[in-house]
Amino acid sequence: MRNLALSDEILLSVDKAARYIGGEVNSIMKDPGTVDIRFAMCFPDVYEIGMSNLGMMILYDMFNARKDVWCERVFSPWSDLDQLMRQQKIPLFALESQEPVRNFDFLGITLGYEMCYTNVLQVLDLSGIPLIAKDRKEGPFVIGGGACAYNPEPLADFFDLFYIGEGETVYDELFDLYKEWKDQGLSREEFLYRASRVPGIYVPSLYKVTYAEDGTIGSFHPVREGVPEKVEKQLVISMDKGYHRIQAPVVPFIKATQDRVTLEIQRGCIRGCRFCQAGMIYRPTRERKVEELMSSAMEMLKNTGHEEISLSSLSSSDYTDLPRLVQFLIDECRERCINISLPSLRIDAFALDVMSKVQDVKKSSLTFAPEAGSQRLRDVINKGLTEEVILRGASDAFHGGWNRVKLYFMLGLPTETEEDIKGIAHLSEKIAETYYDEIPKSERQGKIQITVSTSFFVPKPFTPFQWAPMYREEDFIEKARITKNEIRSQKNQKCIRYNWHEPDVTILEGFLARGDRRCGKVILSAYKKGALYDAWTENFRFPLWKEAMAENDIDLDFYTIRERRKDEILPWDFIDAGVRREFLWREWERALSCQVTPNCRAACQGCGARRYETGVCFE
Amino acid sequence: MKIRVKFTKEGPIRFVGHLDTMRYFQKAVRRADLPAAFSGGFSPHMIMSFASPLGVGIESIGEYFDMELKDSLPAHEIMDRLNRVMTDGVRILSVFQVEDGKAGTAMSLVAAADYLVSFREGKEPPAGWQEKIGPFLSQEEILIIKETKKGEKQVDIRPFIYSFEEREGSLFMKLASASSNFTRPEAVCASFFRFLGSEPLPFTFFIKRLEIYANKGTDESPVFASLESLGQPDGIF
Ligand code: SF4
Repeated sequence: MRNLALSDEILLSVDKAARYIGGEVNSIMKDPGTVDIRFAMCFPDVYEIGMSNLGMMILYDMFNARKDVWCERVFSPWSDLDQLMRQQKIPLFALESQEPVRNFDFLGITLGYEMCYTNVLQVLDLSGIPLIAKDRKEGPFVIGGGACAYNPEPLADFFDLFYIGEGETVYDELFDLYKEWKDQGLSREEFLYRASRVPGIYVPSLYKVTYAEDGTIGSFHPVREGVPEKVEKQLVISMDKGYHRIQAPVVPFIKATQDRVTLEIQRGCIRGCRFCQAGMIYRPTRERKVEELMSSAMEMLKNTGHEEISLSSLSSSDYTDLPRLVQFLIDECRERCINISLPSLRIDAFALDVMSKVQDVKKSSLTFAPEAGSQRLRDVINKGLTEEVILRGASDAFHGGWNRVKLYFMLGLPTETEEDIKGIAHLSEKIAETYYDEIPKSERQGKIQITVSTSFFVPKPFTPFQWAPMYREEDFIEKARITKNEIRSQKNQKCIRYNWHEPDVTILEGFLARGDRRCGKVILSAYKKGALYDAWTENFRFPLWKEAMAENDIDLDFYTIRERRKDEILPWDFIDAGVRREFLWREWERALSCQVTPNCRAACQGCGARRYETGVCFE
Repeated sequence: MKIRVKFTKEGPIRFVGHLDTMRYFQKAVRRADLPAAFSGGFSPHMIMSFASPLGVGIESIGEYFDMELKDSLPAHEIMDRLNRVMTDGVRILSVFQVEDGKAGTAMSLVAAADYLVSFREGKEPPAGWQEKIGPFLSQEEILIIKETKKGEKQVDIRPFIYSFEEREGSLFMKLASASSNFTRPEAVCASFFRFLGSEPLPFTFFIKRLEIYANKGTDESPVFASLESLGQPDGIF
């Protein structure tokens, strides 16, 4: 039987001890004597969240397919265990072997969202790894990847290297390089130098940034010959050959956020919404073959025993063979009593038909994400969803028996006016009226229930809005107030619920998303002051961050509310993410003049991603 | 057809709580591709019931659940299929067919359970404790404070201790375990410590459940039979 890193006393005193014991079905055990590379793969949040991250699990499975690598999992200990580990000086360990992370060859950290940055420091700290990369003389190389690696600069001080792009492609090369380096017994610097020449790898210590007088970046260059000026994102070219298909996903003992089989049907999105980072950085859209998906679905269901399967993609409705895939799943799953969950479906006749087959209409709700309240603003963000389409979809759904609607909007989008904001209330009201106009009293299943949720907009790197100013906290609050008041003055206001969150988390997210290297000091100070689990509202303490900014002479507004110039060097400009800067700028200008841009299937816009020679660009 | 499955839960998986253990078996049954029966409705669930929840941190070599199958299968095949999809620390020890219907559910049958309680290092009771077992049991009553929904209540647990003896440095005990008189081994051990004039430190007891019994006799003169012994042995169906 495996030994555990934590004593019974500790495991019996913390919440959900099963987070820390490993040994789940399909987790991978190896004999450490038979491998050359020990890789600790970390998602810096609590187990249940981390285990729901598909990207991390693909890499886990793929690395372990190599005989010479043992990849294990690491998550952030929850606050209760965090305290005990610090008090009793227990080093952070990986779940499978229960051995300390600091004895591994690599610590890979998935950066899924900005609010996990203090947890990155927690993981390093508890592992006993120096927080600052240049202080490391031994121990694992710390490598970052994931969506936030597209602007790695705020974390540059803490990482030895970053991987830009989809992990499936060049890790093999990196591992081979590592083995060679280890055999030759060379310096850490030498490994990093060699790694920096692998496409997609960014070694921050090999680049130097200078700043202009106005605080913007003056120059950004490699400091050593042979280190590339630009780091090119890597992506899976062929979804048939290059895609790593997981056969047997790990099945957590405790309920993870995604307690189901996740079937990734495609990467990327053809739509080109201007606020959406995923829609830009994962270009071009690449679909997996439907036959492949069918067999993969059945295989994963069989090997996990999950009672639910969910399709994963940015926009499922755009998947070409969706009807065939869904029909197959409905047939197979009905027999086995397996639930099907279909997120990100655009509401239309097909979607309603499918939904009525896979869920209980009376208990489920319709989800629309118009994102902006007025047609004008929807054109600005290139969200091709019109009021007409929404109302038609809603009307069809009401006839089909639905009476719950969820609406998602963003506040603080570029060029937003008070009228646009009020549009949120007006659209909600029209949906309510559609229900009462179209459904005779005798057929109504009670009142209509509309839930409106707004989030605050954060401009992200590699989107047309990367130059856009954000708003101040008080502006956001005012916008939410206008939304609320307008909703409250509608005729059917009693049927409309309105949710919004405090804007302070958004402000910090905006700061970190477009931050530069200087922001690293702020993250470090905030962590030292006790900031941790910032993604968890109940833990988030903005005052700590404000203190940290003040102490490090960092002006929040410079990063958030400032509009960037066309010729400004942005912190992430050294990354070639496929979409070209000129395309993004053109889209920014079109946004300002409310011009919509057709999606990839309707008309290619020459964004730059075509050079990967795959996916939608070649359909 | 209704079956009763006996299983172990040892090692690290003892930290997986009762609800998660149920989820674990629901998924295991699917992995084993057993023809499980489901309740109707939009989110059907497997018809499965566990004999008695096991606390977090407690090991067992005698746990049970009952489940309903749509088709008949030989018991040894069910056992093999399940064992092939188990994780470390969980083994299927037996599978028996049991009577259909609600009356005979594992949970409603539970009357007693055996436990082996050992002491974590450095937390043993005062020396000579073996000799005090007799006097401890000869007490007129053994009172403990039980927390109920309405508040604290004093209960005499002496009648619920069916046996209590030393076994290789540990304590073996058979305790009442029906829902009306469920007696926790920690509570019995703690009152033994107090009888010895000492107070157990936190996390003193390492507990392993050994078996769960039904009562085939009467309340006054019970005859305990393990839950598996009530099933039909393999080969009959
Ligand atoms: S090159 Fe054209 S088709 Fe390809 S991703 Fe860009 S816009 Fe879409």
